[in-house]
Amino acid sequence: MMKSLLIILMTSVLVNNYVLSRFLGICPFLGVSKKLNQAVGMGTAVIFVMLLSTAVTWPIHTFILAKYDLEYMKTIVFILVIASLVQLVEIILKKYIPALHAALGIYLPLITTNCAVLGVTLNNINDSYNFIESMVNSFGVGLGFLLAMVLFAGVRSRLENANPPEAFKGLPITLVSASIVALSFTGFTGVVGGLFA
Amino acid sequence: MNPILLAVIVVCSIGLLCAVVLVVASKFFGVEEDEKAGKIRECLPGANCGACGYAGCDGYAKALAEEDGIKTNLCIPGADAVAKQISEILGVEFEDVVEKIAVIHCYGDCNHTSKKMEYVGIQSCQAAKMLYGGDGKCGFGCIGLGDCVSVCPQNAICISDGIARIDTRKCVGCGLCEKKCPQKIITVMDDVERVLVTCNNTEKGAVVRQKCSNGCIGCKKCEKNCPVGAITVVDNLARIDYDKCINCEECAKNCPVGCILISDFSGLHRYVAADSETANV
Repeated sequence: MMKSLLIILMTSVLVNNYVLSRFLGICPFLGVSKKLNQAVGMGTAVIFVMLLSTAVTWPIHTFILAKYDLEYMKTIVFILVIASLVQLVEIILKKYIPALHAALGIYLPLITTNCAVLGVTLNNINDSYNFIESMVNSFGVGLGFLLAMVLFAGVRSRLENANPPEAFKGLPITLVSASIVALSFTGFTGVVGGLFA
Repeated sequence: MNPILLAVIVVCSIGLLCAVVLVVASKFFGVEEDEKAGKIRECLPGANCGACGYAGCDGYAKALAEEDGIKTNLCIPGADAVAKQISEILGVEFEDVVEKIAVIHCYGDCNHTSKKMEYVGIQSCQAAKMLYGGDGKCGFGCIGLGDCVSVCPQNAICISDGIARIDTRKCVGCGLCEKKCPQKIITVMDDVERVLVTCNNTEKGAVVRQKCSNGCIGCKKCEKNCPVGAITVVDNLARIDYDKCINCEECAKNCPVGCILISDFSGLHRYVAADSETANV
């Protein structure tokens, strides 16, 4: 049991890294990775929201949608639920933990429509994980997102000082370097199987 | 049941549930937002110059809305009109904005001084100053590469004849140039007519004379002629105490090098005897 959970965790962090292998959540990855502290803020907020939305969408799917054979509606329902959930969390945080609300700041509403969050909840269902496995997977995916953000923030801080050709300046060179970082993550393929063999 | 109808009902009821939860939450957990900050932000000019002492217009608006007792007349670019609007929003009494203007304490243009070398490095005063104190003969004066021009949010500064000049109509007195100038020759003062020592050189008179025909030689003639004792010469440079100055222009009349100029709303003028026409330098 413990072993299978660890395998799920490591797989979602390293092998199936959502940003670098599945290309989900690219907008915040490119948009908020300019500075390390922003990247960490965004990454933490994503972990938080992923865990929350999995905790809510998994029961909704299992106890409502599956019961009425409405699994094909899960994308729409999940978007609806996640969006309202994030809004709700924002309202509550603002009231009771203003410090955390200020720290998460703009990132929380930004995540409302983040495809990585929707992706992880849908994939939990597609991979037919149970509730605990789903939570572990969400945590792993969030951690992988944070890892990718932090790594890429480092790469970008070096890009600031680099002097690429005029045509590559700005977004093009960022995309090229993102693809190289993604390439390096393919090296993790098969690692997890060996780790827990 | 019809599967389409079922899907519609289930999705709609989930949506309705979410909506109800959100409405209830916003009622019970809602935090009253201060709308004042947004309103004040709209009146501010948005130049983000920092003359108010806060980090940009947003910072000033936030501080005004949240803390009591902050003056509403700190926005110098916005002047009276903005101060009035802010006072209205906050419901406090309106105070006049003391309008400020930047003045340059150097008149060493290419008619008065010359260069000691041909500078071809990075075109910024800061960089040029690091190389033997700039390319001009005088190491105290305007370098004229326009660091002040680049920071001016109002495009009020231009470089002409090798020195920076301020367009008094455009200058709003935000003081960004004052902070930027590596020679420290720009100061922001109240926008009134005044006499101005247009030199910053503290070297001995004879040395100054060789470098710039407009330089203050520290002869103390102005000090002696000032009826109210507002001028003192410290380190070979005349300095005017504007609290005492009565703007009689005696110093400008008697300055042998003519480095004390009259600064009014139309620019800088040399002193000209009353019977002849005032000539713009």
